[in-house]
Amino acid sequence: MMKTWQAGKRLLPLTATLGLILAGCGREDLSVLRPQGPAAESSFDLMKLAITIMIVVLLIVFSIAAYVLIRFRRKPGQREIPEQVEGNFKLEVLWTVIPLILVVVLAVPTVKAVFAAGNDHSDDKNAIKVKVTGHQYWWEFEYTDYGVKTAQDLVIPAGKDIAFELSTADVLHSFWVPSLAGKMDTNPDGTINRFSFSAPNEGVYRGKCAELCGPSHGFMEFKVKSVSDAEFEQWLASMKSPAVLPEDPELAKKFRSACLTCHAVGDQGVAMGPNLTGLGSRESVAGILLNDDTGVDGAPILDNLKTWLHDPQSVKPGNRMPDPKKDLGLTDEEIDGIAEYLAGYTLD
Amino acid sequence: MAQTAQSLNHARPPEAGHSVKRHTGLMDWITTVDHKKIAILYLWAGGLFFGIGGLEAILIRIQLIKPMNTFLDAQTFNELITMHGTTMIFLGVMPVIFALMNAVIPLQIGARDVAFPFLNALGFWTFLFGGLLLNLSWIMGGAPDAGWTSYTPLSTSTYSATHGVDFYTIGLQIAGLGTLIGGINFLATIITMRAPGMSYMRMPMFAWTTFITSAIILFAFPAITVGLVLLTFDRILGANFFEVGAGGNPVLWQHIFWIFGHPEVYILILPAFGIISEVIPTFARKRLFGYSSMVFATILIAFLGFMVWAHHMFTTGLGPVANALFSVSTMLIAVPTGIKIFNWLFTMWGGQVRFTTPNLFAVGFIPTFTMGGVTGVMLASAPADFQFHDTYFVVAHFHYVIVGGLVLGLFAGLHYWWPKMFGRMLDEGLGKWTFWTFIIGFHMTFFVQHFLGLMGMQRRVFTYLPNQQFDLLNLISTIGAGLMGVGMLFFLTNIFLTSRKPADAADDPWEDGRTLEWTIPSPPPEYNFKQTPLVRGIDAFWKEKTAGHKGMTPSEPVGSIHMPSATILPFLMSVGIFIAGLGFMFSRDTFSSDALSFLFNNYIVTGLGLLITFGSMLMRSLFDDHGWHIEPEELEGR
Repeated sequence: MMKTWQAGKRLLPLTATLGLILAGCGREDLSVLRPQGPAAESSFDLMKLAITIMIVVLLIVFSIAAYVLIRFRRKPGQREIPEQVEGNFKLEVLWTVIPLILVVVLAVPTVKAVFAAGNDHSDDKNAIKVKVTGHQYWWEFEYTDYGVKTAQDLVIPAGKDIAFELSTADVLHSFWVPSLAGKMDTNPDGTINRFSFSAPNEGVYRGKCAELCGPSHGFMEFKVKSVSDAEFEQWLASMKSPAVLPEDPELAKKFRSACLTCHAVGDQGVAMGPNLTGLGSRESVAGILLNDDTGVDGAPILDNLKTWLHDPQSVKPGNRMPDPKKDLGLTDEEIDGIAEYLAGYTLD
Repeated sequence: MAQTAQSLNHARPPEAGHSVKRHTGLMDWITTVDHKKIAILYLWAGGLFFGIGGLEAILIRIQLIKPMNTFLDAQTFNELITMHGTTMIFLGVMPVIFALMNAVIPLQIGARDVAFPFLNALGFWTFLFGGLLLNLSWIMGGAPDAGWTSYTPLSTSTYSATHGVDFYTIGLQIAGLGTLIGGINFLATIITMRAPGMSYMRMPMFAWTTFITSAIILFAFPAITVGLVLLTFDRILGANFFEVGAGGNPVLWQHIFWIFGHPEVYILILPAFGIISEVIPTFARKRLFGYSSMVFATILIAFLGFMVWAHHMFTTGLGPVANALFSVSTMLIAVPTGIKIFNWLFTMWGGQVRFTTPNLFAVGFIPTFTMGGVTGVMLASAPADFQFHDTYFVVAHFHYVIVGGLVLGLFAGLHYWWPKMFGRMLDEGLGKWTFWTFIIGFHMTFFVQHFLGLMGMQRRVFTYLPNQQFDLLNLISTIGAGLMGVGMLFFLTNIFLTSRKPADAADDPWEDGRTLEWTIPSPPPEYNFKQTPLVRGIDAFWKEKTAGHKGMTPSEPVGSIHMPSATILPFLMSVGIFIAGLGFMFSRDTFSSDALSFLFNNYIVTGLGLLITFGSMLMRSLFDDHGWHIEPEELEGR
């Protein structure tokens, strides 16, 4: 066993160089190759070790292949029969044992990391418990210790371990924030999964659904917002403060009858569709229309809300929201009014 | 069972047979039980489905050429990815594998046909009608849309309301029958019909891998059949195997699917290993390096292949113990696979390598497949797989092994045995164009996909947002796919032009043939061997050649050869199953016409189909057919 570790250590410089090269790949908030938390780093370390070993293997195979194909080409007029070699015991043992050693070098840290990843922090008093529920095609996040529910934006305190409990309300989904951790499936009751990650640095990270779940599978995105402890406490408090409804009483009535029969804001409404509390502070509308006043990644939130509410099916095909115009009988003005109200519904 | 002649059969009096009834044209193809003709049927049918699957791939790549593309809608895209995967695996590459097995195996082991020629035909026709049924979904209300893995609950009738998934379950059950029949047939053929002197350890490598592949089929296909039956019951009869609300379990489907699905990977790649092990020695003019270790590596891969299925499910939530065990068992497969790679390289070491088209494909296979192999080991590491799983990294990996491995192997095999199958050499110039466009296009398409996955692009997404650094790599990938398409066009052109040339290929057209198939005419006569050859060692023909002999020493005198009769029954049986399947699928539908509703809802259509199938079986059982004989005078007259 010592020997295999020695071999592993010799690979270190190559691993380090590789890490530097790969770090240039992809967005910091999305790429597996630019890990932003311990869980993603553990995966990335194994990847670097594996890639290093594999590059060594490929170099050996490619060099032998190149040598053979150049050196042993049949020359014109070559008539004599080459020596028919049955095999070579020593060589064959060699290329059985070396791969076996390489496999052990990779297997030992793999097994270690598997069991390390098995710590889901579900019994950890200091961990923040979050119940994640996948829906076609949105994410529900429930902070069970605080009685707060939200959707699409997962707000977490930086540096704290988050203990997730993953389940689905319909088909299988897979909860994935590449820069923070590997993915885990959301299964129905009976096969509920638990896992954990943390985000040491404050910032916004992109999350995706990684299991085919229907037409809008590719649009089932979400964000993880890692904030300071103080900001997190403040966020929880404002989520629990009484709901703010549209100022115009007519619009408020419409909003209640058309929207709050499925959605909830604050203490009002029904928790069937995504929770809308503080929608104006979110990173996206419907997970896929990114809110960006500069217009680089998306559009201002008001525009996004109007795009969404005027024709949800064109934004996310197959989604379960009734069409505000056709199914719920809202007029264009009412839709715009609700969009303005929601865009302005921000948290402190 | 119709038994083709082996030397023992000559004791039987000629009267046992009857005079032959020869069919021509279409009837000849529908009634044939000749393994060489069935091989050609498999090839054309597999080629057709391969073409359909290829077009689906091109459409998928066009959709992904730029972010937020609207070339296809989301539903159509999901149908395309589902059908691309299902078609390519079950209806594209597997039949082409069976084509080569049928064309080559009886010849390589010195047999006059397979063990069960009737079953052989039945296997082909059930595969064809299963495949046709599956593809009918495009014009009959929508193709399956839950991915080729058809994970429940997405594939249950609650979330997939069209008949798409029914076409998938029923179509694959019918096609799967064909595969299972084919597998059993090759097992029996290789066990019982090897020429005198051909011990197991003298069999050509392709015969060995066919043998092991058939054994895997025998154990793996029942698993998927059970899964498909359960899913059919859930969807059509309202059973609850996978319905969560009624106590079913969707994770169960994943286990059943992958208990089949992982061995399936080796069903696909082992024949390619066999082909490469034939082509490389021929064109290096050297015997296969480490033959015994190749055989044992093949057996070991097949064995380990059955105990790694859960590595497709690391993110399902199996817990650390299962994840650790399946990680390690998966990594172990690298060892026998590595043995094979080095054995091929050292077969060429000290040889005289000729770069003919088949050998180009074989030589291209080695580094390409190795790349797919090493990413496989990377995927085996569960904590890393939490990141790789269901991303484009996985897409890149399995295309490297299936296209870069199997398809390159099939091209090598097709170019290599084409003269034996059709009596015509494919054009070498066009063959080289095929190779270079295909392999360059392949690496362009799939190499960049590793990075797409690592940069956060999950698989099976019908489009993606801009500004994620996905755009350029996806564009490169699509251009590569186009280039692979061009490669296929070169290949089709080559086939077309070659078919117009005279059939004048020599018995041993590559001049360095080592095995028995090169000792008989191209294409072989319907009885293959006028006299069953005597095998004196591994690479039987090469051994005779180096001993200064022109051909094989016969192991029997020229005598009357017993042949199986042509019959339309396999075709009819398959038509019956096809009708029954369609009828069952629509048994719960309401039709606009009352008559149709009556016929379908009372299982009359299903019954009619089954009647045709069982009626044909009854005919087969009641009326003995002793086959016919080719007499020595006829043999000499040729």
